[in-house]
Amino acid sequence: MSEKVLMKGNEAFAEAAVRGGSRFYFGYPITPQSEIPEYMARNLAKAGGTFVQAESEVAAINMAYGAAASGGSVFVSSSSPGIALMQEGMSFLCSAEVPVVLLNVSRCGPGVGGIQPGQADYFQVTRGGGNGDYRIPVFAPANLQEAVDILYEAPSLADRWQNPVMVLVDGMMGQMMEPIKLPEWKEVVAREDIRSYKPWAITGYGTDDSKRNVVKSLRMQPEDLEVHVEKLFAKYAEAEKELCRYEAENLEGADIVFVAFGTMARLIKEAMELLAEKGIKAGLIRPISLWPFPDEAFDLIDKTTTKAVVSCELSMGQMIEDVKKAVAGRFPVKLIHRTGGIVPNSLEMCEKALKILEG
Amino acid sequence: MDIQKFFKKRILIVAGHYGSGKTEFAVSLAMQAAAEGISPLAVIDLDVVNPYFRSRECAAKLKAEGVEVQGSFFGHDVTAEIPELSANIRRPLEDESCRVIIDLGGNEAGARILKQFDKYFQGDDFNLAIVLNANRYETRTVPDAIEQIELIENELGIKADYLINNTHLLRETTADDIAKGRRLCSELAESRGYEILCDCYPQGIIDPSVLDKDFMPFGVGMYLRQSWLDK
Repeated sequence: MSEKVLMKGNEAFAEAAVRGGSRFYFGYPITPQSEIPEYMARNLAKAGGTFVQAESEVAAINMAYGAAASGGSVFVSSSSPGIALMQEGMSFLCSAEVPVVLLNVSRCGPGVGGIQPGQADYFQVTRGGGNGDYRIPVFAPANLQEAVDILYEAPSLADRWQNPVMVLVDGMMGQMMEPIKLPEWKEVVAREDIRSYKPWAITGYGTDDSKRNVVKSLRMQPEDLEVHVEKLFAKYAEAEKELCRYEAENLEGADIVFVAFGTMARLIKEAMELLAEKGIKAGLIRPISLWPFPDEAFDLIDKTTTKAVVSCELSMGQMIEDVKKAVAGRFPVKLIHRTGGIVPNSLEMCEKALKILEG
Repeated sequence: MDIQKFFKKRILIVAGHYGSGKTEFAVSLAMQAAAEGISPLAVIDLDVVNPYFRSRECAAKLKAEGVEVQGSFFGHDVTAEIPELSANIRRPLEDESCRVIIDLGGNEAGARILKQFDKYFQGDDFNLAIVLNANRYETRTVPDAIEQIELIENELGIKADYLINNTHLLRETTADDIAKGRRLCSELAESRGYEILCDCYPQGIIDPSVLDKDFMPFGVGMYLRQSWLDK
């Protein structure tokens, strides 16, 4: 680890992805993540990589498909409406089992919406807007260091699961500055070694030299397609066990338990301090993986003291569906939210929590 | 610190690398200058490349201190993403009695917008100050900092007069950080003939009395950073 440097979120995300091994970036500018393609344009070639500004997000995700299918380590970023345009490609990547690291620096919607931060892409990233049965692991870091560490790890996670991996941050995290420690540069697989590292990749022939590799999502026979999708879901079941991540804080004896990810989780921590001053103990479950959702964390909630579980979101309430599923009727589930790009202050959160406790 | 030294010329243009702290510096300077009676005083927010954390977000605070704020045509709309500017920007530029702080966007891309106001920068009525943070990843070394400064100078066709040492790590800032920034600025000043204008310290985090006696401490507030960001 090097000494700390001060970086803007978007620059740090780009640098972490490159240090983690990403060598191909395809993107299209969109606020509030445009510093990522700018940073890649300046710096990726210095690391021996390739930057392409695509003509659209649709083009970018399909360039990513091609480069990753050929064994390249690919990073793609965009923001909410841009990610929406990429959904079809993500379905194809999942079907063809092609690893790509995806980053959504989300803003508010729907439609063009606004450029201020939002978390209303929860359904988009955890359910997916592409067609068919597929899953993408999604991680939602809450500070820049955590985001750097996840983006650094993401290329190897994507390779391990032969699937896209998504990181979701909001525009606030993309634009904010924080001191971070950048990780060491990961060794990159040499082009001539890709064949042994990724034996499925389109590098000419497979490992046994007997037949050409084919990367595809088309399966003409229903029986073949069913077998393929069943195989994907057996893989997802394994991934669910391995990739579940969360932080649980202050749950024992808590009067109220907040559930929040990303920026909202940061804000909640200040609200928890304000509640403590009023003699109210608040706990926090912070999902770091949004898919798989950390259902197990909800088994840790103190049944003897907790009066409500509150999903806190910068949306009209999307994660709350997963919270309700995880709570499974054991506690009342409430929502505190703002939308439209408004980030509430901790005092407002505190007052809303007090109202919930008053019933 | 004598606030007049920032206004040896009527207009102070504040430029620098993305995230070097131009806006927090510009807002802090305006607040302190207003408090010391510099009037009339205007802040012109010419940042059309950054979507968040712009000086127009402090417009109410600045106006309460008697500082005129010009920038966005749409009433300082925080979500305006288009590079639109108010014609009123020319008012303080043309008012020879008005001191002006111009807060540019980051890098040469952010500086470019000043070119449309070129006619105001033909004479000798202004200074260009470059804000530097030696903890920023892309301006840690002398060659890196020179590259960034030259990009801005070439874009504007103006050679910088001043360096502002704004080396910090937010709430983790130590006196060593500020000294590191001073060393970087001194090397740049020596090799390229700039004057170091001040050594910024984050107010409430660093006690300026611990800094080297040769330094020129200037307190910078956190006007744009919400407290929960440090949780």
